[in-house]
Formats: sequence, C-alpha cells, structure tokens
Amino acid sequence: MGKIVAVTGNEACAQALKQINPDVCAAYPITPATDLMQRFSGFVNDGKVDTELVLVESEHSAMSACIGAAAAGGRVATATSSQGLALMWEMLYIAAGSRLPIIMPLVNRALSAPLNIHGDHSDGMGARDTGWIQIYSENAQEAYDNLIQSFRIAEHLDIRTPAMVCMDGFIVSHSIERVEYIDDADVKNFVGKFQAVHPLLDLDNPKSYGPLILTDLYHEYKRAQHEVMTKVPKVALEVAADFEKMTGRKYGLFETYRLEDAEIAIVVMSSAAGTTKDIIDEYRDKGIKAGLLKPRLFRPFPYLEIADALKHVKAIAVLDRADSFGGYGPLFMEISGAVMSMDTKPAMINKIFGLGGRDYLPDQAEQVLDELVKIAKTGKVENVKEYIGVRE
Amino acid sequence: MTTKPLKLKELAKGEERFMHGHRMCAGCGAPIIVKQVLMATDYPIIASNATGCLEVSTCIQQYTAWKIPWIHSAFENAAATISGVEAMYKSLVKQGKIEDKQVKFIAFGGDGGTYDIGFQSLSGAMERGHDMMYICYDNGAYMNTGIQRSSATPFGANTTTCPAGDVIPGKPQQRKDLSRIMAAHGIPYVAQASPAHWMDLMKKVQKAFEIKGPKFMNIISPCNRGWRTRTDDAIMLSKLAVDTCYWPLYEIENGVTKITVKPKEKKPLADFLKPQGRFKHMFAPGNEWMLKQAQEYVDAQWERLLREDASGKDEAGEKV
Repeated sequence: MGKIVAVTGNEACAQALKQINPDVCAAYPITPATDLMQRFSGFVNDGKVDTELVLVESEHSAMSACIGAAAAGGRVATATSSQGLALMWEMLYIAAGSRLPIIMPLVNRALSAPLNIHGDHSDGMGARDTGWIQIYSENAQEAYDNLIQSFRIAEHLDIRTPAMVCMDGFIVSHSIERVEYIDDADVKNFVGKFQAVHPLLDLDNPKSYGPLILTDLYHEYKRAQHEVMTKVPKVALEVAADFEKMTGRKYGLFETYRLEDAEIAIVVMSSAAGTTKDIIDEYRDKGIKAGLLKPRLFRPFPYLEIADALKHVKAIAVLDRADSFGGYGPLFMEISGAVMSMDTKPAMINKIFGLGGRDYLPDQAEQVLDELVKIAKTGKVENVKEYIGVRE
Repeated sequence: MTTKPLKLKELAKGEERFMHGHRMCAGCGAPIIVKQVLMATDYPIIASNATGCLEVSTCIQQYTAWKIPWIHSAFENAAATISGVEAMYKSLVKQGKIEDKQVKFIAFGGDGGTYDIGFQSLSGAMERGHDMMYICYDNGAYMNTGIQRSSATPFGANTTTCPAGDVIPGKPQQRKDLSRIMAAHGIPYVAQASPAHWMDLMKKVQKAFEIKGPKFMNIISPCNRGWRTRTDDAIMLSKLAVDTCYWPLYEIENGVTKITVKPKEKKPLADFLKPQGRFKHMFAPGNEWMLKQAQEYVDAQWERLLREDASGKDEAGEKV
C-alpha cells in the first residue's frame, strides 16, 4: 500500500506527473491550474524528473509545443484551466486529429465575461467536440488516479488520442484531502514504456504530419476518428481493472450510488456528487428511494451503459455546472440522448448550478430531490430547465 | 560536421530533400528558397511549416514533397511547434533514449505566419533559446488567401484588402522591419537573404547551423500572382530588391551588423517597383509623392544600415 497524505488536488496531480516522468511538458500558468505546473517545475529544477520543461508564452503555444513534442515521439503533458483552454481551442482539434496522446489535467474554471477564477465546467464543456477524451474527477484521489490511468488509455495503440483529466477548480484543486499515493515503482510499471508511433525523430523514415486533405478524404478521416473514440470505453475499463488490482480502488465509465432500486435519481459530475451522496443517504433514511449517477467518462459518452443504469428510474434531475445559453445544460443533453434508447422514458429536469464557483449546498440537493419526488408521483414536469442557488 | 563546399556541380549531385511534384505556382520564390536552404547542409533536418502557400502545396493527402521529417500544425505556431520537437529531441538525447545525430530544426513560415499572426509564438521561441532556425519566406502579403495586406506589405502596394482606390491608393503604412525586431531579441544570428544571391543565402544557412541557439533568416520571396509580374521574374526581382537596397543583404551576428552584399551601384527603387503590377498606380500622374515617400524610406533604412555596418569596424575596415 502506498503512502497516505493530506494534499490538494493540484498537489496530487503534480505528484502523479512526477511519478510518470513525461519526456516533455509545455505549459503556461493560469489560475487555478498554476499551482500544479508550479509544483512540477520544482521537480524539474530539483532533478526529480527527466522532463524537458518548455515555459511558453501562451496556452496556444503550450498546446502547439505539446503537439510538436508528441509528434517527435515521446510522452507529453500539460495542464490548464478556463481561458487557457479556450485559447488552446484551435490546437485541441489538431492534437486529436493528428492522434497525439497528450495528457492534460484540466482544472475546471468559469469562462469570462465577467471574469471569474472559480470552478465550473464551462471550459471543459466548450472542448466537448474537440476529439479529446474527457474524464471527470470528484475529488483529489480520483484526480490522481484518473491522471495515472489516462496515460494508459490515451497511449493505448488502438486509441492514441489526447485526454483531459478534469477536477473542479479550487473546490478540489486547492482543498486539502486525504489521498493515497501509489508507490513510484508501481506507477512506473503501471503506465509502462512509451511506444512512439510514426515519430518525427525517426530520421530514416521521414514522416509528414498535418497534410491538406479536402473533400475527397476529410470525411473518412473524421469517421475514423469517431471509430477510435468508440473503442475508448473498453480500454478504459481494462485499464480500470488493472488499476483496481494494483490499488483496490474501483473505477467504471460512471459511478452509481444507491441507484439499483432508485425511483428518483440525480445525475451530476465532479465534486458536487460528494455532497449529493450525503443528501441521498438522508432521503434513503426517510424511506425515499433516491440514487445518483456520476459520469466519469464524458467523452466518449457511454450512452447505452448509462441508459441501462437509469432504466428503472421514474424521474431524473440532471445537474449541470455549465450552461448552453438558449439550450439545455450540456450534461442534460447527453442524458437525454441516453434516455432516447429506453422503452419507458423517465421524466427529466435540468438544473444549472454552481456557476463561477457558487457553492452547491445540501439544501439545493434537497430541493431537487423534493421536486423529483413530486414528479415521480404525478409524472408532471413544470419547468424543464431552471437555475438553482440563484440570489433573487 | 565539416561545412560542405558551395560548388554548383557538387551541390547538383547531392540528395534532394525537397522534391519535385509539389503544387507551388510556377515561378514562385518559396520552393527555390527551400531548396537552397536544404541544399546548403548535410545535417539531418526536421522542419515545421506554418499554414500558408508552402504548406498547402507541398503535402496534400497521401503525397508529400518533403523527404525530411516535417510537421504542419496551424498558422500562427510554426515556431512553438518546432520548439516542442526540439525539446523532445533534447529530452530523449539527455535521457539516453536516442542517439545525438546533430539534428537541426527549422520552422518555415510566410510573412503572414511570421510577422503577424505567428509573431508572438516566434518571439517566445526565440526568447526561450531553442536550438532552431526560423526561416521566413517574405512575399509581402497573405498570398495563400488571395493577396491580402500583411505588416510585411510594402508602402503603396495594391492588395485585395488595401486596393489602390480613389481615396486610399494602396497600403498607407511602411513595412514592419522584422529582421531588426528579431535582432533586438539578442539572439546569436539574424540574416536577410535573397534567392538571387544563392551563394550568400547558403553561406548564411551554413553559418547559422554552426551556431547553437535560436537563429532567424528573412528571405525575400517573389510571388508573381501577388506582385503582378511575369511568371519567370522571381530571380530578376529578388536581385533588383537587393540592388535597389529595398532588401539589403546583411547579417547580425552576436549584435554585430555586417552587410554581406553591397550593390556596386545603388539603383533607384523605381527599378524594383516598375515591373510589378501591384505598384502600377504609383507611376500614374499625381502619385509622384508615393514614389518619393517609398524611396525616402528605403534610403533612410539603407543609411542606417550602413552606419551600423561601419560601427563594428576599425579604421582599416576590418570587423572588430
């Protein structure tokens, strides 16, 4: 068993990167991810890792340098948040389209304007369609564990696709929690040696990256990219099984909590799931059959598996820590997509919560569960989408 | 590695690393420049390429003209991209994972990808001190998207976004002096070159590759589509650019400026402008002021360069 420590989410992720020892990291500081790379820079300058650290002048260049480094043929990581991810947007597609397994902790934060440095999922949701694998973490332990697993998933020879590992800004990145570290040797062994595919540094077999491909084949390239994504869940589960053998900690495509016989359910990602579980326990004590589903793998999204897990539920509330203005919340749209395959469809409501770091409090979960109880009884939804925790 | 002799007969026997069959326009300056750069050296080279004419025309679908490892990622980031490649090379060599084969790293970009949208990424990579060379092929406009003005477009030029109109006759501003800005980064080597002076160009490439750290070369690249000239004028125009001192050939090595080719007789700027349709309106009656203003700018720049060239020499004219 590894060492038990009290650390922040950022500290745990920096530790994971130290144990993985990437060949190149290129990064640019941004709150709340700054602290992660800052700590890692310390490991570089103290000679604890072999990493070549490229301290670029913007996030756009950070991702560009990561792309160059990954194409050169080695293990590459960076980290960012919010505006930084937004500035990378163009390059996110290029990293994925070029099939470069770059790993990026994303410390989720609100997007400007107005300027706000606190946690919500707007940044990650904006990168939904970039072709990156997205894994969301509830707490520091999950962020650490997911980050280690993400290298195996992204670098798998059937996948070779970049991955972002998300945790809530400040709520997880800056809160000290109990985390169980894995021994260095075990992490090294688990992640394994990097296998370069078509590296630029293979001088004897020169490769051209980034061709122009127009109407005759672009469509086929994109379908191929989609097909690769469909293979991710299987690989993620295999990696999770190996991880469980090593640590005893179990991971799936999503987590369910008291969902097996639930009549009402909340679907929510990341740190808010912890608070929700407590309230579900309270409602269970009152004899109300409430449960929770917490997506872990958001891209690719396991529609059928989630539909199966929710098929017996009468009423579902999807809690989104991001909004698609003029539309439903992004997670709600995914769950709606999953529900589509069900024979008997549950009633569904969408709550937008916690934007810009607004606290998600137990009474908000209670309010949502009370509404679900009513809906389950009457089958009537009055208001599909609503903001909760708003100051009136 | 010994620097190879620049004899045409020998160079012609060398292995071509930038192949025929690409789809650059006939008479374009850029592929001539790329050939000269790659021909100058036997070092292994890995190149990045900013989005632009050179990039879209040399790697289409399953075809590539590049016999060296080559990467294009986007428009504004050729410098950042190659800096990542260089960092990986350095890391793997340092860790003993690969052998040091004295690989040289080049980023190619047009003036749009270099002076403008890629300026930040270029500046950052130069400041970080990567062992790389950035080569700008400067054709003075966004030619790939259809001849829009860039900050490298010369004063008065007619482009599709600064057309020679009834009220505004072409580009109102002088061009950005990027070579000087790059020198201000304090990098060990900056040079301007022209494909007409191939020996000078290749010597500069050779010299640059013997210097560790970031290098920048700005090379004039005639574009017959954008300059509105005959197809086979590229070499003639890149020579006239030097002879009129519009495009002086010089290098700044560790802060010391040296003019490498001084025209025997400085020709009037009009000799360079006249064959180009993009300057046609400047020769129309009433626009004499434009020619005058363009000439004055070139003269002032040249005078300054002469002073800088002289400042690094002793009384006998030797470099100190």
